[in-house]
Amino acid sequence: MENPVIDLKGLTKCYGSQKAVDNLNLSISKGEIFGLLGPNGAGKTTTILMMLGLTEPTAGTATVCGYNATTNPIAVKKKVGYMPDSVGFYDSMSALDNLVYIGRLNGIPEAAVTDRALEMLDVIGLGGSAHKKTATFSRGMKQRLGLAEVLLKRPEVIILDEPTLGIDPSGVREFLTLIHRLSREQGLTVLLSSHHLNQVQQVCDRVGIFAGGRLQAEGSMDKLSRHLSTSEGYMVSITVGEKLPVPWPLSEPLRQLPAVQHVTVNGQVAEITCHADITPELVRFFVHHGLDVMGVHKKQYELDDIYQKYFDDHATETNTHEKSGRLFQRTFTAYQQAS
Amino acid sequence: MKSLAVFSKGRLLPISRLPELFTRPASASGPFGVMVRKEVADHIRSWRFIVLLSLIGLTFLGSMYVSLSNIRAVVANPDDTDRFYLYLKFLTITDGTLPPFHVFMNFLGPLLGISLGFDAINAEQNNGTLTRLMAQPVYRDNLLLAKFASALLVVSYLFAALALLLVGAGMLTTGVGIEPEEILRIISFVGLNIVYVGFWLSLSILLSVRFRQTSTSALTAIGIWLFFTVFYSIGVNLAVKAFLPDPAYVLPHDAIRYNNLVLNLLRLAPGQLYTDATTTLLMPSVRSLGPLTIEQMAGAIPTPLPFRESLLIVWPQVSGLLAATVVCFALAYASFMRREIRG
Repeated sequence: MENPVIDLKGLTKCYGSQKAVDNLNLSISKGEIFGLLGPNGAGKTTTILMMLGLTEPTAGTATVCGYNATTNPIAVKKKVGYMPDSVGFYDSMSALDNLVYIGRLNGIPEAAVTDRALEMLDVIGLGGSAHKKTATFSRGMKQRLGLAEVLLKRPEVIILDEPTLGIDPSGVREFLTLIHRLSREQGLTVLLSSHHLNQVQQVCDRVGIFAGGRLQAEGSMDKLSRHLSTSEGYMVSITVGEKLPVPWPLSEPLRQLPAVQHVTVNGQVAEITCHADITPELVRFFVHHGLDVMGVHKKQYELDDIYQKYFDDHATETNTHEKSGRLFQRTFTAYQQAS
Repeated sequence: MKSLAVFSKGRLLPISRLPELFTRPASASGPFGVMVRKEVADHIRSWRFIVLLSLIGLTFLGSMYVSLSNIRAVVANPDDTDRFYLYLKFLTITDGTLPPFHVFMNFLGPLLGISLGFDAINAEQNNGTLTRLMAQPVYRDNLLLAKFASALLVVSYLFAALALLLVGAGMLTTGVGIEPEEILRIISFVGLNIVYVGFWLSLSILLSVRFRQTSTSALTAIGIWLFFTVFYSIGVNLAVKAFLPDPAYVLPHDAIRYNNLVLNLLRLAPGQLYTDATTTLLMPSVRSLGPLTIEQMAGAIPTPLPFRESLLIVWPQVSGLLAATVVCFALAYASFMRREIRG
């Protein structure tokens, strides 16, 4: 990628013995909307803070707009607008006053600052509430005011930490559409972090899946979804008439079948993961061994599953996937290294 | 304070309608100037400051009333060598119903400093404004310095206004002109008050950086204040009784030495430094802050000291207060500069 706007190289942050961010390499080019997705505590906010020089990395460098964020944070902050996850304003001041204050801190000339603040309030649709105290604002309004403040300084990059947190679904769609439109109109590079994959997938050009301090996968949504299907293959759940014993004596011969990767048994249901569609053979196998097949369900991978796969395998220490796919293996070893 | 009031009102008006005088461009003063202006406006409009202002105003009026009603008797007393310093008398005399103003300030000064600074940083952090502020292209120390400078500016205006009120009221009621010596002493008294409040302010800002909860930092600051005003002298007295011999059974030479030791121990409390310094500045006849022997006093004419001599006596106290202020501020700075700013 030539001339990335955000370039992270080997970024690591440790809190004591715990690694919050582990050797992160990421570059984002101009005009791109990048979604940093991960569960709570994955290290998203820490990564963002390092990009702004608000915390020092233990190792590695964060370069934003060509400046090193650790040694030259002021230059970075001039170009980057940042909205934290818990955005707050001075309650005793009006929305306009809050914006004007930030505008002045950014060195906007006194003659222009009020006009520009009013213009921003109109852009994000808070023009009517300009003189209301921010103490009366709802969460969604504060979020939008935060966006106005970010845009006020005319940044090249905007970083939004959990921008959809605590807004109702229609508000989320509206907010994300606004970000998308502004990014396309003004050529802004946007980095947004979230733990709601399905919320941000509609606006992101590219996403990075972040868990346990590491980037597990990155690419466009399509690419990720395809990748997962080919590596994870198909999952067939077969429901039988009576409860299956654990351990199930038939799981070993079942595993000997070609293409079967993994077998789990849960009550009356046997879940079989395979890298080719062998549903008829599986049914034959069950019938052959005298089991009453009540139902067969073939599972296809959807976007939510991507999220589930990457995040849940991190949350729980399951190590039953002996023959798992390449991507999976990478996730797992990353986890082992991190812990 | 007038221009500030106009400034804070003016923010709601179009800038062009304001007189030229008040439309100093913000960019010229930089982010630091912008922050100080905002903080000062916040202080002036906060209820907390209004309450403290009325408290100090009432104290001032009360002690002025007492001293004005007793001034005739004091000035007529021929034994008092300070009787010609009419305006200093206003600040020091009392008939026992109310303590004089500087004694009140010994208590209220810390309260003023603590209340203006205890939530300087942690309130911003709890409201989620600190991260936003730190994401702007401003240096971190600017914020800390702006918090300190704005509160100190407000306090300076307050004390200067009180001093001018005192002089004005005195002139109106007595018609006596003010001596240059008195002007110098009153100005130094005002300066001393500012330094004293500045110490408590920087201590409370330090606590606001260290503690995440505003209530914790406020309570800790008040705890330190109470410790120094109430318990510290008790503790020193207990220690003296336990470790030093009874002064009745030692040589006069040793007694003086012990006495000085006790005084120096007491001077570790900022309130004691303030008391020493104000007494010397407001009572020109005070020659020494420790005990004097008969030999030292022999041949001394009981006259007031010139301003310069009084200033020399209190200089160690003033430097002590300044040093303590600087230490607190430096600690606050050190712990704030490299910490992680998280909402």
